[in-house]
Amino acid sequence: MNIIKFLDEFTTDRLQQPMSSRREMFSQLGSISKKAAMLAVPFGLATAGNKAHAQDVGDVPAIFNLALTLEYLEAEFYMKALESPVLGSTGKAREIYEQISKHEDAHVAFLKQALGNGAIDKPTFDFTVGGNFDPFMQNTSTSMDTAYTQLLILAQAFEDTGVRAYKGQAANLIGQGELLTAALQIHSVEARHASEIRRLRGLEGWITGNTTGIPDLGVEAANDGVALVYEGEQNTNQGGVDVTTLGSSDPFSFESSTQAYDEPMDGQTASTIAGLFIVS
Amino acid sequence: MRKKESIDAGAQTAARNRRNFLKVSGLALAGSGLLLASCDNDDDGYMNPDDVFDLGSGDVGVLNYAYALEQLEAAFYTNVLDGSYWAGADTEEKAILEDLYNHEVNHRDWFKAAIGANVTNPAQRLPDNLEFDFSSVDFSNRTSVLQTAQALEDTGVGAYNGAGIYIQTPLYLTLAGKIVSVEARHAAAIRSIINPTGDFKAFAGNDIVDDNGLDAAYTPTKVFENAGPFIVTPFTYKNPMGS
Repeated sequence: MNIIKFLDEFTTDRLQQPMSSRREMFSQLGSISKKAAMLAVPFGLATAGNKAHAQDVGDVPAIFNLALTLEYLEAEFYMKALESPVLGSTGKAREIYEQISKHEDAHVAFLKQALGNGAIDKPTFDFTVGGNFDPFMQNTSTSMDTAYTQLLILAQAFEDTGVRAYKGQAANLIGQGELLTAALQIHSVEARHASEIRRLRGLEGWITGNTTGIPDLGVEAANDGVALVYEGEQNTNQGGVDVTTLGSSDPFSFESSTQAYDEPMDGQTASTIAGLFIVS
Repeated sequence: MRKKESIDAGAQTAARNRRNFLKVSGLALAGSGLLLASCDNDDDGYMNPDDVFDLGSGDVGVLNYAYALEQLEAAFYTNVLDGSYWAGADTEEKAILEDLYNHEVNHRDWFKAAIGANVTNPAQRLPDNLEFDFSSVDFSNRTSVLQTAQALEDTGVGAYNGAGIYIQTPLYLTLAGKIVSVEARHAAAIRSIINPTGDFKAFAGNDIVDDNGLDAAYTPTKVFENAGPFIVTPFTYKNPMGS
């Protein structure tokens, strides 16, 4: 099963339906998570019938296709953001989005080239999540402020997810030489993006505990998705050492200790988050 | 036979020539007397006297390598917070630099603990108190401080990215990943505040992210070209990959 089939299986039927009620959306997310969990693996979005031992060493095409899925998502998001009226024609936010957009497009091209015929097709995305949001101000009743707020929140969530998702796969690429290096090089670019978008929102560039820095979105599934992006970032145990116990001064406070380390995210969680925006 | 690079990161001559560093935008980056030499295996003994510490290979090498860089960054930000620019900086810049200090000290002490626990032969552990020379930095000057911070953060990102291939143990690669993305967040923030009304794309500028959207990935040679001028204690990194 390729990643799109994997994503399709838990998105097409459900996310295509209008999601008007909070309860309904929540149940869809719950169902997504359950299905993802059933297919779970260290990161085995690989072919159906793949043996466990194959996943242990890392399925490079599957890893890169997950990455490509996230990059497709980001690339289309920034392209649509720049096409929308929300960022105006000049200014800081627009320039930041232009630079990020350029990188995400390059990542898509790079990963597609690396995967060759094995590259998955671009999914169809819905950044309104079933009409609950309007980051590109496609609806005239949406205010510029609302759209802009949503545009920044989505960018932050995508970038912080990207950082964690690449990090989660790095160890599966041990022994892959230049492919590992390239994944690491994309990973740190995503972190630069994340830092800048967070700061554009008035947050710090780094993550404290599992604090999202994102307000209640009024849609339970979206709030749950946001929580997933940051869940685990409160970890203070690094390689068996609780870094808060290394000293008693400010560098070893819970805040500093969690800011100083970004946490990985497994492929299943990354897929679940991406799946919220994938129609087919 | 694989050609190995021998790097004497803190060559004595570098310390002596410190005041002669080529100034690049007010920042000492090059022109040191850093000894960079390529040599065949047979020459290692000649190029590297036995009394100079070698970082080692594989996981141990990367732990020591990263520990050296984290010691450097922690020492730099310690100086920043002791300096007059920081004392009088605006609230945002002050907070960012204080956070960076906190993070780098945490990283430094984590590496100390990790190396102590995992590198069983004490002779293979990088010394805890590397000596640095920041005489090329003016800690009362905003531009000098921020440009040095940017260079160190970008170098840190490139160093970790380039060293990933030397790591053999998944846990260590993940841990390096946890740290490098924070270094990248730092680099972006510093780049962003250096020129608040100028280049809004500097956080991930074309000078550091290439046309494929890839960040820097530096060889140890390149890293010591950038960071070596600050490092007084000599050490080598003869064979990062091992075998």
